[in-house]
Amino acid sequence: MAKLLEVKNLQTQFLTSAGVVRAVDGVSYDVDEGETVALVGESGCGKSVSALSIMRLVAEPAGRIVGGEIVFKGRDLLKLSEEEMRDVRGRDIAMIFQEPMTSLNPVLTIGRQLTEGLEIHLGMGPAAASARAIELLGLVGIPDPARRLAQYPHQFSGGMRQRMMVAMALGCNPALILADEPTTALDVTIQAQVLELLQDLSRRLGVAMLIITHNLGVVARYADRVNVMYAGRIIERGTAAEIYADPRHPYTLGLLRSVPRLDEPIRAKLDPIEGQPPDLSRLPPGCAFAPRCAYRVERCTEVPPLAACGAAGHMSACWVSASLAKEPVA
Amino acid sequence: MAVTKETLESIARAGKPRARWLQATYDFARQRPLGAIGAMMILVMVLVALTANWLAPYDALTTDYGAMLSAPNAQHWLGTDTFGRDVYSRMVFGSRTALIVGLGASFIGATFGALIGVASAYFGGRIDMIVQRIMDVLISFPLIILALAVVAILGTGLQNVIFAIAIPMIPRCARVVRSSALAVREMPYVDAARAAGFTDARIVLRHMLPNVMAPYLIMLTAFLGQAILLEASLSFLGLGVQEPVAAWGLMLRGAAIEFAETAPWMGFFPGLAISLAVFGFNLFGDSLRDALDPRLRTQ
Repeated sequence: MAKLLEVKNLQTQFLTSAGVVRAVDGVSYDVDEGETVALVGESGCGKSVSALSIMRLVAEPAGRIVGGEIVFKGRDLLKLSEEEMRDVRGRDIAMIFQEPMTSLNPVLTIGRQLTEGLEIHLGMGPAAASARAIELLGLVGIPDPARRLAQYPHQFSGGMRQRMMVAMALGCNPALILADEPTTALDVTIQAQVLELLQDLSRRLGVAMLIITHNLGVVARYADRVNVMYAGRIIERGTAAEIYADPRHPYTLGLLRSVPRLDEPIRAKLDPIEGQPPDLSRLPPGCAFAPRCAYRVERCTEVPPLAACGAAGHMSACWVSASLAKEPVA
Repeated sequence: MAVTKETLESIARAGKPRARWLQATYDFARQRPLGAIGAMMILVMVLVALTANWLAPYDALTTDYGAMLSAPNAQHWLGTDTFGRDVYSRMVFGSRTALIVGLGASFIGATFGALIGVASAYFGGRIDMIVQRIMDVLISFPLIILALAVVAILGTGLQNVIFAIAIPMIPRCARVVRSSALAVREMPYVDAARAAGFTDARIVLRHMLPNVMAPYLIMLTAFLGQAILLEASLSFLGLGVQEPVAAWGLMLRGAAIEFAETAPWMGFFPGLAISLAVFGFNLFGDSLRDALDPRLRTQ
């Protein structure tokens, strides 16, 4: 399938009083048309910044994109003018945010927030935009959409607001949706509903999705391909099946082992990953995960690992990845 | 909790927007009687200004040299001035000047201030720094001094007085609104608006400005009383509206001072009108601020 988005060697940094923080440090990944790709990692590993970089919404002047290419439909987004970029935002690439409670403007009606993008990007008149808004609310499963248009966000429940965010994202028929922790703020049953909805709509409408999450359950269920991020770099990449059945990076292995499981006898403790994520302004010379790694060899602390490719694009940036093949996941 | 008739009624009321408005007005009047008194005074002033043509027995500019400096009597309820003009009629017409200048200056001052404040908070960084330093410079002058300076540049007259009073109000409103807008700036819906591809101007005007309406309204009502007082002060100094326009500040000056002992009605009644107007606006403004400030809310 054709490549829709190609991120090549992206580098995004923040200037702070403590020094330069390399939030995204040479990250490359791609998304095919209609595909769902996940970007997984713990808090502060740079996954959200990488999404904001695609939209060129990294907060300046502290944060800036210092290198790399973001090729979307054959154009490098980093080379577009601010005006051209505004046309891409919301129209070709839409974004769904983490907090449905605060991502909607409390003083504007649901209808206004849905129609505004349609009027600006697609040049619809008020009547056409309203009709489309009703259609969109129906599409995301909000009952009685015509009446809902006149309501304000506080009259919506959390799950409905996130559905509303999905409706807003789908409004202009984008080719790609960036979903930044789309379900983190929702309770578990609603999480499943929203994710099912996202998956169903992306299949039906052929929209590609980049899901950013720390929830491995979400990834397993909904992603076609997975990129695991650690300390601003992608350390393992593969299809969801490969990552789950045959993880080749000690960090991925550690993440999978620390997930509580329902299908096993209750253990007294989970297996956590020891230690803390590294300070992004003072990364070690070798592998960033080496200080916490149980499989560490001497070379790990000195030389950054090369990306070793396994079968059909299963990549792992680890010196000992080959020896991890026989390790049990849980 | 038992479902009483009142609960059912309040539920029914909540459904209708107009009933909600009436209810809010009623609650405001009950919880803040002083604010309600202030609102009544403002209402009376507005009504007087609107019906001045019918309320005033004489024209504001008609001179009657046969009745110069006459004390309050049946023909001239509040007496006449040195030109024989009816003080009561001039006071009634003067309420128009006071309201036009008061409303005009407060509206222009608060609105431009709010725009500058929100834009400054939205853009942040260097722009915010520069704008705020300019506002600091303007704020360091007392209201009346800056207004005097503006009048000195633009000249006198109704329009120029409105601008002269509005300009010193802009930085005061800008600073208050900016502090609220800084919090709004950090809300995810502003990021969401940027991610939706909206222009900066649209985000500032359509998405952020409506979220700072509470401080805007508070500043607007607080400015109203000040603006009326400032107009009277400027007119009294001869730098505001010019004779023969009916204005309270003008009525206090000139002959009113010369004849303060023999014809005190010339200065007393316009002075009373200024005091009452400012008092009314301040009472209402303070109560409105309390009502809109969630920290001071009792329930």
